[in-house]
Amino acid sequence: MDTFVQQLINGLTIGSIYALIALGYTMVYGILRLINFAHGDIYMVGAYAGLFLATSLGFAANPSAFGFVVTLVGSMAIAAAMGMAIERFAYRPVRKFSKMTTLITAIGMSLLIEYLFVFFFEGKPRSFPQLLPNDNITLFGNATISTSQILIFVVSMVLMVILQYIIYKTKIGKAMRAVSFNLNSAKLMGINTDFVIAFTFALGSALAAAGGVLTAQYNPKIDPLMGIITGLKAFVAAVLGGIGNIPGAVLGGLLIGAAETMVVGYGSYIGIPSTYRDAVAFAILILVLLLRPAGLLGSNVQEKV
Amino acid sequence: MLTLENVSVSYGAIEALTDINLQVNQGEVVTLIGANGAGKTTTLRTITSLLSPREGRVMFEGKEISSIAAHKLLPMGIAMSPEGRGVFANLSVRENLEMGAYIRKDKKEIADDMEKGFLMFPRLKEREQQKAGTLSGGEQQMLAMVRALMSRPRLLLLDEPSLGLAPLVVHRIFEAIDEIRAGGTTILLVEQNANAALHHSDRAYVLETGRIVMEGDSKQLAADPRVKEAYLGE
Repeated sequence: MDTFVQQLINGLTIGSIYALIALGYTMVYGILRLINFAHGDIYMVGAYAGLFLATSLGFAANPSAFGFVVTLVGSMAIAAAMGMAIERFAYRPVRKFSKMTTLITAIGMSLLIEYLFVFFFEGKPRSFPQLLPNDNITLFGNATISTSQILIFVVSMVLMVILQYIIYKTKIGKAMRAVSFNLNSAKLMGINTDFVIAFTFALGSALAAAGGVLTAQYNPKIDPLMGIITGLKAFVAAVLGGIGNIPGAVLGGLLIGAAETMVVGYGSYIGIPSTYRDAVAFAILILVLLLRPAGLLGSNVQEKV
Repeated sequence: MLTLENVSVSYGAIEALTDINLQVNQGEVVTLIGANGAGKTTTLRTITSLLSPREGRVMFEGKEISSIAAHKLLPMGIAMSPEGRGVFANLSVRENLEMGAYIRKDKKEIADDMEKGFLMFPRLKEREQQKAGTLSGGEQQMLAMVRALMSRPRLLLLDEPSLGLAPLVVHRIFEAIDEIRAGGTTILLVEQNANAALHHSDRAYVLETGRIVMEGDSKQLAADPRVKEAYLGE
């Protein structure tokens, strides 16, 4: 029981991070039918932006809740700007060509970001300062929850509620949904679709950056390639939930996170060593594509040609 | 108000429109009729800048609009109810209308205009909170028309509003076109239903394989033996 609760807590913690990143994949896919492979790297950029802000503004030396909030919001803003720049200068010029062109551009963008960071900030991991005290709270038996885990739950929950509000209640959010359904009809409404697309990238990138900073608080070691595997798992989460479907991205993220830690906790009983944790997501991907390609919450829509 | 001067449009190597000259004057209802594939929708897509002409130009109130971004036409006063309705199926009826008023900021008057739209088609009021995708074809057409009116356009483009609808609904749609015209909005109506279109318009153009082959007063065209034979099934 202790193990189960513990693994569930751990699973939902990383699951929340996957969910934050998966939201960006799914929103961009919903609007452009593009898998933005550079999105995982934005998560890494968010962590580095957090490191930069925390050290240059002195929060690393004097940790405080205020410092954490400034670091979080600041790195979200930096990542949002970067997401918009990538859209503007890498994807928009090739949008008129085939989808394959944009997809390959995205893969190139991903590699470019990764190795620019290796070049400028070295490939070796850096330690991220602890901005908030991290204590373990014993729930019962051996099951504990740390304050940084609680922080991840609370912050991701708040961000998802804000996202929900933006998408369903604000004018720009409604425009995003309109554009994702029919780009040309949206243009006829006078909606500046280029702006809406840029805004979508900004929103998704900010969420990924929040994921980066939160992860760095939980596991304070960041490196330029940290976005690869996490990004891929978040992508699987988006596919599992039904790509293009926003609640699906959250559900998918939490499920992938839980499945992964359950393998760590119980895999050895059925002959799966815990080192296979990274393979879990991809096994799930294969199963989803075979059994339910539209994902758990996705509707089976025929691709428009 | 709207003028197409020697407009030709191609999809790749295929020429879809050849040397189109067309004019819509303030306060008129002008119809463009023709068979499937004659180029009616292409003409509207060219006017709304979703396509750009290979030759010629499109003028609106003295300004060339051939190369303007599509989303900038609405602020100029041109709105369209597109072919296949183009409603946002994932948005509610109300949200669709809000999107129609996207460029406006006068909330009070937007609400008034929405009520006017609901008066025109009370069915939309009943379905206000429903997703547009759950509406029938006729209701979606009503929604597309009211949505286009939400920007208070001076020129309204209607692309095949009667396509695939039951006769009773078609009748209601054409009544609404008369009402919209009475409200002072100029209309360019693209239709396959030549009979109804000719009865609810002032002037007409007949399009055949990308060329205008006839034009004139709608009543006269409706009486023309060639039109009768080819489009009115008589």
